[in-house]
Amino acid sequence: MHKANVPMAWRRFKSKYNLVGTKCTKCNSSFYPPRLICPKCRREGKIEEFEFKGTGKIVSYTIIRSGPDGFEKQTPYPIAIVELDEGARVTGQIVDYVDSDLAIGKKVAPVFRKVYESGKEGIIHYGIKFRPEN
Amino acid sequence: MAERVAVIGVGLTKFGELWTKGIRDLAIEAGAKAMEDANMNSKDIDAMYVGNMSAGRFAGQEHLNALIADQIGLTIPSTRVEGACASGSLAVREGMFSILAGQHDIVLVGGAEKMSDVSTAHATTGLMGAADEEWEGFHGLTFPGLYALMAKKHMHDFRTTREQLASPAIKNHHNATMNPIAQFSFEITTEKVINATMVADPLTLLDCSPISDGAAAIILARESVARKYTDTPVFIDGTGLSTDALALHDRRTLTALDAAVRASKRAYEMAGVTAKDIQVAEVHDCFTIAEIMAIEDLGFFKKGEGGKATMDGETQIGGKVSVNTSGGLKGAGHPVGATGIKQAAEIVMQLRGDIGKRQVSGAEVGLTHNVGGSGATAVVNIFKR
Repeated sequence: MHKANVPMAWRRFKSKYNLVGTKCTKCNSSFYPPRLICPKCRREGKIEEFEFKGTGKIVSYTIIRSGPDGFEKQTPYPIAIVELDEGARVTGQIVDYVDSDLAIGKKVAPVFRKVYESGKEGIIHYGIKFRPEN
Repeated sequence: MAERVAVIGVGLTKFGELWTKGIRDLAIEAGAKAMEDANMNSKDIDAMYVGNMSAGRFAGQEHLNALIADQIGLTIPSTRVEGACASGSLAVREGMFSILAGQHDIVLVGGAEKMSDVSTAHATTGLMGAADEEWEGFHGLTFPGLYALMAKKHMHDFRTTREQLASPAIKNHHNATMNPIAQFSFEITTEKVINATMVADPLTLLDCSPISDGAAAIILARESVARKYTDTPVFIDGTGLSTDALALHDRRTLTALDAAVRASKRAYEMAGVTAKDIQVAEVHDCFTIAEIMAIEDLGFFKKGEGGKATMDGETQIGGKVSVNTSGGLKGAGHPVGATGIKQAAEIVMQLRGDIGKRQVSGAEVGLTHNVGGSGATAVVNIFKR
């Protein structure tokens, strides 16, 4: 993990604290992380801000046993690619789970959590993780 | 194609943890060996391309294009090329195009990486720069983690078994025992792979390629010039490059690298061959699942059948298609920037027929498949005798 400094972290607050992405109103595709250009419509596309509900399902998952710098104290932790109900896919950790929750197709909901702490500036990075939904 | 580009010399250093050697020592050794192999002097070289991913992060040294030219004693045009783990093959393409564009007759293409001077954690962090830092790395995802996500999905969708998943590593370690430059020249077993330390489920330490130091170089020449230096030129008749979303979650699928599929189609078309014509291939097995997907993406086997094919021995030396005779990234090592060039050198030696114990008999058409990151860059090059 690259140690993001204050401006690097700050400029992404909006999308990292809430699932604020974008949507192309021409083709109705939604993007998270936000895209500034629609890959389908390109110059014809019309991009607007769009907030995802955050509910979705696990597309695939793994358990990280050897974490990068800044995550050493958290290992092992599960991480998944989640397909949001509105269509976009996003990477995030799974929390508040029992082992049987780690399954492809499992429904999840978003939670706001601390992700890691970095650097001399002691920034605490927050973001969206996912918990199993029963 | 008006004129063909030939490889007329190859040079490789040992791959491994090479404490006595820095990046300049490695690059120079590989370059000098390639020139010796081509029976030429450095003054014959018109230009250089250097593949390197991250000397800045791993060795604190950027500006490798000038450094390496300087150390060889040259002031010729020299360019560094970067595309993560595919940097080497990108450099091969650039060297090839500079000849086809009529700018040069003889080009040295080298790749080098020095990774063991930093801690494993630092090297892992550096490698993660090839993924999407802000939206993957931020959440604590690692490179083994990315490929683990693909492996999990491949096992789910196609019933690929844990034993099948291990099979490329076992084959590649076996091949590495016949390669003098390989980092790991010992055999491993299915049990050893499955019971090794878990890195990111389902991948264990023995599903992962290592952190390595090493360099490789090849010398390219215009066809009309090549025969002055060698009676056994090997031609690069096809090349394909494609890119895809940097982040794995943004891709169409987790069980194929679309960039590799597109790159191979372009390369096959340019070379006038199909997957069936390929007898020997070096593919990017940074993790075991990567080799299984590669042999499917390249069209050697149907999607979902790569694990079974490997376990059945169809990719061993002398099988339907001999894959990673060098030992691949897993057995031979993966000094990132050098890997694509090492793959090219392996195929050239196979097609020249002078590679020794691991020779694929009668090999005439070969291929390299080199992937950057988790599949955002893929380069496929096709070689013919």
